[in-house]
Amino acid sequence: MSVATVSYEDALQRYEPVFGLETHVELGTRTKMFCGCVQAFGAEPNSHTCPVCLGLPGSLPVVNRLAIEYAIRIGLALNAAIASWCRFARKNYFYPDMPKNFQISQYDEPLCTDGYLDVLVGGRTVRVGIERVHLEEDTGKSLHIGGATGRIQGAEYSLVDYNRAGIPLVEIVTKPVPGTGYGAPEVAKAYVTELRDMLRTLDVSDVRMEEGSLRCDVNTSLSVRGSGVWGTRTETKNVNSLRSVERAVRSEIERQAAVLDAGDRVIQETRHFHEDSGVTTSGRSKEEAQDYRYFPEPDLVPVAPPPEWVAEIQASLPELPSARRARLLAAWSLSDLEFEALRNAGALDVVEETVAAGASPADARKWWLGELARRANDSGVDVSELPITPEAVARVAELVASGSLNDQLARQVIDGVLEGEGTPDEVVAAHGLAVVSDDSALLAAIDEAIAANPDVAARIRDGKVQAAGVLVGAVMKATRGKADAARVRELIMQRLAS
Amino acid sequence: MDELITMTAAELSAAMGAGKVSAAEVTTAHLDRIAAVDSQVRAFLHVAGDEALAQAREVDRKRAAGEPLGPLAGIPVAVKDLFTAVDMPTTCGSRILEGWRPPYESTITRRLRDGGAVLIGKTNMDEFAMGSSTENSGYGCSRNPWDLARVPGGSSGGSAAAVASYQAPLALGTDTGGSIRQPAALCGIVGTKPTYGGSSRYGVVAFASSLDTPGPFGRNVLDTALLHEAMSGHDPMDSTSIDAPVPPVVEAARHGDVSGMRIGVVSEFSGDGYQPGVMARFTEAVELLESLGAKVTEISCPHFKYALPAYYLIAPSEVSSNLARFDGMRYGLRVGTGSAEEVMAQTREAGFGAEAKRRIMLGTYALSSGYYDAYYGKAQQVRTLIIADFDAAFGQVDVLVSPVTPTTAFPIGERADDPIAMYLADLCTIPADLAGNAAISLPCGLADEDHMPVGLQVMAPTLADDRLYRVAAAVEAAFADRWGHPLLNEAKGLNA
Amino acid sequence: MSITRDEVAHLARLSRLALTEQELDHLAPQLDQIISAVAQVQEVAAEGIPPTSHATGLTNVFREDEPAPCLTPEEALSGAPAVELQRFKVPRILVEE
Repeated sequence: MSVATVSYEDALQRYEPVFGLETHVELGTRTKMFCGCVQAFGAEPNSHTCPVCLGLPGSLPVVNRLAIEYAIRIGLALNAAIASWCRFARKNYFYPDMPKNFQISQYDEPLCTDGYLDVLVGGRTVRVGIERVHLEEDTGKSLHIGGATGRIQGAEYSLVDYNRAGIPLVEIVTKPVPGTGYGAPEVAKAYVTELRDMLRTLDVSDVRMEEGSLRCDVNTSLSVRGSGVWGTRTETKNVNSLRSVERAVRSEIERQAAVLDAGDRVIQETRHFHEDSGVTTSGRSKEEAQDYRYFPEPDLVPVAPPPEWVAEIQASLPELPSARRARLLAAWSLSDLEFEALRNAGALDVVEETVAAGASPADARKWWLGELARRANDSGVDVSELPITPEAVARVAELVASGSLNDQLARQVIDGVLEGEGTPDEVVAAHGLAVVSDDSALLAAIDEAIAANPDVAARIRDGKVQAAGVLVGAVMKATRGKADAARVRELIMQRLAS
Repeated sequence: MDELITMTAAELSAAMGAGKVSAAEVTTAHLDRIAAVDSQVRAFLHVAGDEALAQAREVDRKRAAGEPLGPLAGIPVAVKDLFTAVDMPTTCGSRILEGWRPPYESTITRRLRDGGAVLIGKTNMDEFAMGSSTENSGYGCSRNPWDLARVPGGSSGGSAAAVASYQAPLALGTDTGGSIRQPAALCGIVGTKPTYGGSSRYGVVAFASSLDTPGPFGRNVLDTALLHEAMSGHDPMDSTSIDAPVPPVVEAARHGDVSGMRIGVVSEFSGDGYQPGVMARFTEAVELLESLGAKVTEISCPHFKYALPAYYLIAPSEVSSNLARFDGMRYGLRVGTGSAEEVMAQTREAGFGAEAKRRIMLGTYALSSGYYDAYYGKAQQVRTLIIADFDAAFGQVDVLVSPVTPTTAFPIGERADDPIAMYLADLCTIPADLAGNAAISLPCGLADEDHMPVGLQVMAPTLADDRLYRVAAAVEAAFADRWGHPLLNEAKGLNA
Repeated sequence: MSITRDEVAHLARLSRLALTEQELDHLAPQLDQIISAVAQVQEVAAEGIPPTSHATGLTNVFREDEPAPCLTPEEALSGAPAVELQRFKVPRILVEE
């Protein structure tokens, strides 16, 4: 049944979106959650398994202490309360990628509850509430053979690899986020971005969405504007990139608006996001809600983190992105928007290091967000991956500030460094890239330019100083950019004044 | 019968130590015994044969070379087929695991093997340890050596029958609701449920995880203590394993004494449903204790009457989850065609017996949303109350005593399709499982009605396993005086 | 009656047990009886009594994040009814989780 489509703007006229996110993070521990098998992404199938993670009859789980520590780290960073006593629980359902046909997870006693993450979006801060953070084990991976798309639908059989089974997962569930209006998709994406950065800072996971170490499910619902009644929510899976988070929320808002406009009910269900089309399709209906028959895991004893241990972990937390943001905003006198630009370009680290190497914040930002960002974009890499160090950039900025280089020359120096020709000073020496600071050499070029452009010179004498630009350009060309443009202009004016 | 098979494990150990007999000879004698009688008893699902002899020869070699050996070196031990072991199949008494050879083994069998014990074979059992007669085995029922038409008890019926018929001096079992103590009582031997967590569950296929306790069988108290000690101890592979020294059970078994001990008779465990002959022997045992200097009182444990229903909620709930892994995808039986869902359902239909199916469905029911609080949740609260009853009782007495089970061994088939009648066999044994306490069953005579063995149950606080052996050794010695010969001598069921 | 035959059939489906009609005829009344019997726990006044899920009283049993030997792929696959590309081959899965 197809429904007339609704535009996003249109949808937002009548409806208020509410969204929530469930994020699964694969922890970067060396071994799995309940056994000593080593985590190994991309290894030969079924080469990193043991009786425990294969769920062989008679096997028993034993909790990885480091996984608990990482989960507490995450909870503390999210300003959540750490349980003084909690248990693991069995989530029972049959599925071939789950060797025991139950997953050891946590149910009504999660390790961390009731936190928040402040997210910077479009220059303002949105506080996303965190409902809970808990630990569970990952499942194996299946290849579905025989169908057209490699998905389950239409497959003839499946091949299961249990290398991934038992890897520790932390599940982070937000509280519903209302009140974001038009910005809902952006806020959702910004939340995931911020969360990812925080997790990376905490060094608990390599958080690569493309490798599956960070997975998101997005929940979306619409409330009729002014009604105060929240709508039915759907869950969208297969959201595999930051951009998809944004698109999935947007697409669900549009779809649900169309359904509601047509006078129909939004069905509570799980939907699948399609990268190619940017829309979601219906998956499993949640109305036949799965009863997982949770009960406390009898093979494990309760976890009661001693307060001293939690305090130790708290004390050892690195500077979190939000704290860093506050510090840098103040230190660099930036606006929220300027900061966001830096953060979005992935340039925070390199800029900070460049400042530490002696550059001014303004200069550091200028080079990294300008020329270097362009170069990174052209090469399809992150700025931090360019073959130029913050120290080198600081040196270039210093050379410009001291007058030894102008911007144009500085760009050439940067090119040289990126090409692997050495340090900025080595490039300068190799190419003789110095600003001509000798006035007499400049005057020669200036006289030539005046002679070649008598009408321009005349206009300048008449008072039209803007025309000087043409002469400056000619001189710059003649000196192959090695002049300081400001000094050239100064000399031209002096020359013509006489 | 060959002398080697009637000697106790302690005697065999001494004889081998003194060079009077080799481990190979001991094992050969037992393998011969198995060949002679197991077609009648049907205790074994797998006999280790050559592997057992190889283990025995290795012990002889080590002894000759002066290498260190454990206390059970060279002693044949029969292993309930619930324990994984690397060189033998593990079926758990179920068709769903027919022929499965695990690629790893249990901590207990590995420790015994490392100490030189000879794992002589795998014994029959009720499917996945669910039952009280061994009739739920997918491979046929074992027989009680006292009367081949009667059950040996369950779920560790094969192990009990093997020991009672002299096919092995020692055997491993597991006790979840009484599955060691009840078969021990029905077969006239000794069996102990250690404190929960005192013996490792790693490699022991799970039935009810919070209740399962691996434990020993022997023909006498000292032998049972020897196995108890050798198999117990902390295991880092089992999170529920207790990290404390093994209670000194062997020491206690060598020094039986009840003088001055306060003994409580559980008042709830008597009356209707208890076979008169069982009560008569039990009463005599209590009088015996008094004559040995113990102070006997009646103790009421008011919540014990809810132990049976609580158990039959908790155990099925845990097993419904534990047995979910048997679905034909990774090991074991695979039956049927169609989708994965269909093959799973057909495999489990074909592979599981009726009792397993009943308990799986019961557990699924008790854990269902909407029913959890009234059933599973409530049962866990009853469990707390039963622990409290034990605590209160042990504040007044040192041990509790009761019959092990209301009747002697019943005829094969009598209760096979009457689940509730079958469940009643566990009436007296269940409380100790729910609370995690240690408990022992030892023979206290034969019932007049049928000349079948009756067992005395002694229960001790958690981690006081040695106290059981102190009491049991005293009782055993006193009965030995009274009877003049081992009770098992009267077992006339076998032709051999 | 504590449980109907239809409810038992539903339990069987949830538990992935393809019971035959005869089995259902046989097992359903037994299950009904058993459920009635175990319902006895509801008689117990347990207001404010905490449930016991673990009898040992142990907490915080952990292992360190150190590797331990694992199985070879051959060992892992040793019991498998069907293997392809060193993976467990399973029939087509109907419903995506």
